[in-house]
Amino acid sequence: MDLSAINPILFVAGFLIAATPLIFAAIGELVVEKSGSLNLGVEGMMIVGAICGFATAVETGSPLLGFAAAAVGGALLSLLFAFLTQVALANQVASGLALTLFGLGLSALLGQSYVGIKPPRLGDINWGPLADIPVIGPILFTHDIILYLGLVLVIAVWAMLKYSRMGLVLRAVGESHDAAHALGYKVKRIRTAAIMFGGACAGIGGAYISLIRVPQWTEGMTAGVGWIALALVVFASWKPARLLLGAYLFGGITQLQLNLQGAGVAIPVEYLAMSPYVITIVVLVILSRDKSAAPASLGRTFHASS
Amino acid sequence: MKLTSLLTSAALALGLATTAMADDKTKVGFVYVGPVGDGGWTYEHDKGRQAVEAHFGDKVETVFVESVAEGPDSERVMTQMALDGADLIFTTSFGYMDPTNNVAAKFPNVKFEHATGYKRLHPNVSTYSARFYEGRAIQGHIAGKMTKSNIIGYIASYPIPEVIRGINSAYIHASKVNPDVEFKIIWAYTWFDPAKEADAAKALIDQGADVILQHTDSTAPQAAAQEAGNVVTFGQASDMGQYAPFPRVSSIIDDWAPYYIARTQAVMDGTWESMDTWDGIGPGMVGIGEISDAVPADVKAEALAMKAALADGSYHAFTGPLNKQDGTPFLADGETADDGTLAGMNFYVEGIDAEIPQ
Repeated sequence: MDLSAINPILFVAGFLIAATPLIFAAIGELVVEKSGSLNLGVEGMMIVGAICGFATAVETGSPLLGFAAAAVGGALLSLLFAFLTQVALANQVASGLALTLFGLGLSALLGQSYVGIKPPRLGDINWGPLADIPVIGPILFTHDIILYLGLVLVIAVWAMLKYSRMGLVLRAVGESHDAAHALGYKVKRIRTAAIMFGGACAGIGGAYISLIRVPQWTEGMTAGVGWIALALVVFASWKPARLLLGAYLFGGITQLQLNLQGAGVAIPVEYLAMSPYVITIVVLVILSRDKSAAPASLGRTFHASS
Repeated sequence: MKLTSLLTSAALALGLATTAMADDKTKVGFVYVGPVGDGGWTYEHDKGRQAVEAHFGDKVETVFVESVAEGPDSERVMTQMALDGADLIFTTSFGYMDPTNNVAAKFPNVKFEHATGYKRLHPNVSTYSARFYEGRAIQGHIAGKMTKSNIIGYIASYPIPEVIRGINSAYIHASKVNPDVEFKIIWAYTWFDPAKEADAAKALIDQGADVILQHTDSTAPQAAAQEAGNVVTFGQASDMGQYAPFPRVSSIIDDWAPYYIARTQAVMDGTWESMDTWDGIGPGMVGIGEISDAVPADVKAEALAMKAALADGSYHAFTGPLNKQDGTPFLADGETADDGTLAGMNFYVEGIDAEIPQ
């Protein structure tokens, strides 16, 4: 065993990157679920975002345009879900699952000519002298703009839900769509907007994997991150701060177990491999002992006549 | 899950309907563990499938299902293929071993071919694999010569004999040319997860590895090495030539096409029988991708000489004297490992400072 082989600074900087796709996907889904819709298509929207972002970045040479395209791609795909569930009043679980299957297939089709290409690199933000601060500098100030955008987004969503009128309306729709409807709020319009926001976030999360974390295009490359994001929203009891904690915990322990294995720590590898899932769930379950139930209308179909 | 059962019964009904209209075409099914575009393992199997189609033209019909999880779900996929009228089914991952044999028991008239396994419980099951460890020996030689930090990172998938054999073979030949070499092994517990493979590669690079060997299917570790700039990699299962000449300096290429064509032909002729095939560099099932100019000329010449010796059988990758990790003798001087030992290999050779997950 040689723990000194693990460089703590590189390790922390690494797990901030590993957690970012999860943060984007989960915070988007959190807003969707707060509005009362359950979109299980996160994985599908992420993978479509991953290829839309990758293709656009390669064609235009601009990673930022890639991320924008990823957001558009994810939102467009989520619009399909919105149509199925809000207009056609289809079952949300089935529609979400279908969206994932469709997204995986569509992305494989779109990505056929992009296998083995290296995308343009999104540079790190230049923080000037801040990056020279020992320890903190390399950990916090050597990242790309999207990573910081993820953090800002979590704070913005938290503030929006807690303090703004928009957040109040969104929560009202999610808690009781009949009451919100009676008050004159456009339930379907609000939900559709939330679903599209969720799709855009998932798309950016997917593009973060294909443009920064891996960086390449491979079919099925999101490999289940969307499902983890879905679980994370529930275990974080629909609270942005806990969601952030959960994402860092998950990303951190995933990185840690790989590093510990490389350093030859004498813990059986099976335990290390399952540790991110177990620890994240245990911590978040303990945190959510207080009363914090799901939005009351989550997953229920709304029709104005009923 | 009402939906699932509904879909399954619909699929079954559809399957029965098509079986009833069975025609004279030979139907060949493939079950893949990853997507056909993984650029590695599954990509090469799918190239084999396309070769079967190209070779037989109208006389065959091929079907495949990709990204099938190892375990019970694969049994469902195979059953569906058999009901759909497949005459021959290739199941292309180690974890399909028991499901393949289970399904084979239910369909005695359908031939099953399982890749990299060893169980042939029924007369309609064959197994086939390639001697990837021969390619690993060449990789190990180049890796031992190329490393400057003397730390070689190894991204392993599951602790099964095939993977352990590869680690041993690479280590034996790396330490032969560079006694100071150290292997750091990370078990990813997946065949295909680009993000995780990239993370594993980065963790190894962070810990000083300047050569990365991978036994997972995606090209993500290649991208991570390219990003790091001074790290050597090898293509796995497929050439991964898009990362040549550096970081990818060579590769192990699986060539399944001749085998798939021969077995399909055997089914057509009615000569198919259960057997175990294990071919290496010699018969061409294992190919060595072009060694790029990033490798010094003398090292390249040595590697090619080893390839020739492995191909004509004058050299075996596991040749004594070798000890097991705990110091007990494994092979005496000049002795070579027999196929039984290799097929069930569950120990490291002496010198590897790590433990196999049990």
